[in-house]
Amino acid sequence: MINKVVGSAEEAISDIRDGSTLMLGGFGLCGIPENCIAALVKKGVKELTCIANNAGVDDFGIGLMLQTRQVKKMISSYVGENAEFERQLLSGELEVELIPQGTLATRCLAAGYGMPAIFTPAGVGTEIAEGKEVRNFNGKDYLMEYAFEADFALVKAWKGDTAGNLIFRSTSRNFNPVMAMAGKVTIAEVEELVEAGALDPDQIHTPGVYVHRIFKGNNYEKRIEQRTVRSRIS
Amino acid sequence: MLSKEGIAKRIAKEIKNGYYVNLGIGIPTLVANYIPAGIDVVLQSENGLLGMGPFPFEGEEDPDLINAGKQTITTLPGSAIFDSAMSFGMIRAQKIDLTILGAMEVSEHGDIANWKIPGKMVKGMGGAMDLVASAKNIIVAMQHVNKAGESKLLPNCTLPLTGVKCIKKIVTELAVLDVLPEGGFKLIERAPGVSVAEIRNATLGKLYADDDVPEMVVE
Repeated sequence: MINKVVGSAEEAISDIRDGSTLMLGGFGLCGIPENCIAALVKKGVKELTCIANNAGVDDFGIGLMLQTRQVKKMISSYVGENAEFERQLLSGELEVELIPQGTLATRCLAAGYGMPAIFTPAGVGTEIAEGKEVRNFNGKDYLMEYAFEADFALVKAWKGDTAGNLIFRSTSRNFNPVMAMAGKVTIAEVEELVEAGALDPDQIHTPGVYVHRIFKGNNYEKRIEQRTVRSRIS
Repeated sequence: MLSKEGIAKRIAKEIKNGYYVNLGIGIPTLVANYIPAGIDVVLQSENGLLGMGPFPFEGEEDPDLINAGKQTITTLPGSAIFDSAMSFGMIRAQKIDLTILGAMEVSEHGDIANWKIPGKMVKGMGGAMDLVASAKNIIVAMQHVNKAGESKLLPNCTLPLTGVKCIKKIVTELAVLDVLPEGGFKLIERAPGVSVAEIRNATLGKLYADDDVPEMVVE
């Protein structure tokens, strides 16, 4: 079995260069590639274009790469909760392209399925339709949106094996499987790395063919953005 | 006049047994608290969950388990987890029976604006454009007028649109209204103690009202 294991986050991202286009998995701070982000901050690569649903918070997630001014452009669906992001956007240091969340996910999916474009009704008749081809199918208008092209996809899984097969946990799955399929080079960090054969093939979410490098991540913080609880007395 | 909870209670009466429902942030989230007994519904959270349960007990929060508002939540027996593409796939394919969301403006043609105010920091549309473009059944929960006292039910939206000709029903603190296919708001119910004249006053778009508009029943 082909072995995809690399020793560290630093090694995994060693060929990410200034100006690269990256996909980063996660929804809010849930299921983000914490180790890869830390390694990118340490490496100091700049002028990055980041495709990610959100842009982290000021001091965590992609927010860490914004603090160090490593991001040139964000392609996201929602970018609230981040004061430094807002400052850079308003000052013109940072470019942002906002796209509907389903369009974002499906443009990743298309890339992973080898399809050049999708048709979606999201955004028809709004400003995001400007300059885009509209096609009518069965009486309803759809926008043509292109599959993403990303140099690297950085994803976080719960378990992975040496062959690159991935299993995600709970809603930390979110964008990770579709981004894993979409990267020209896909780097997976996992909480638990096991030998090929230790995972049940029936339970694999992302087959190893999509994953080029895998490593065991360390010291996951898994910060909670909105801690909401209910009382035990009710 | 209804409170926010009153709006949520009235909307909850629109939910039918066996529905799959997506609730937006704000008043729509409150609807989950008022689903009548005996009505089985499955709540979808568009980050990849069907069968959203209540908030966890203190100490049982799981950072890997959140809803689309990034709040810690729980699953329920029968819940299912999936990726973001499948989540919007089931929305686009109209497997979700009802979507409830907030709005800044709704036009008499059923257009909705709820994501962007020019001159203010734009946070993004999240999943709203996907939801309004695909959902077969959307109820808007919102205040009838904004903080400046201006009507939010307009002949045409003034803010950048989220979707066109997609809204069919609106519940506000004053009224329940349908958007007619040929254009215009049709007054269906008045909030307790609110007159047709008051509703007409607060509605800038074309309003159609029968002589006898029933008062809504909200326990």
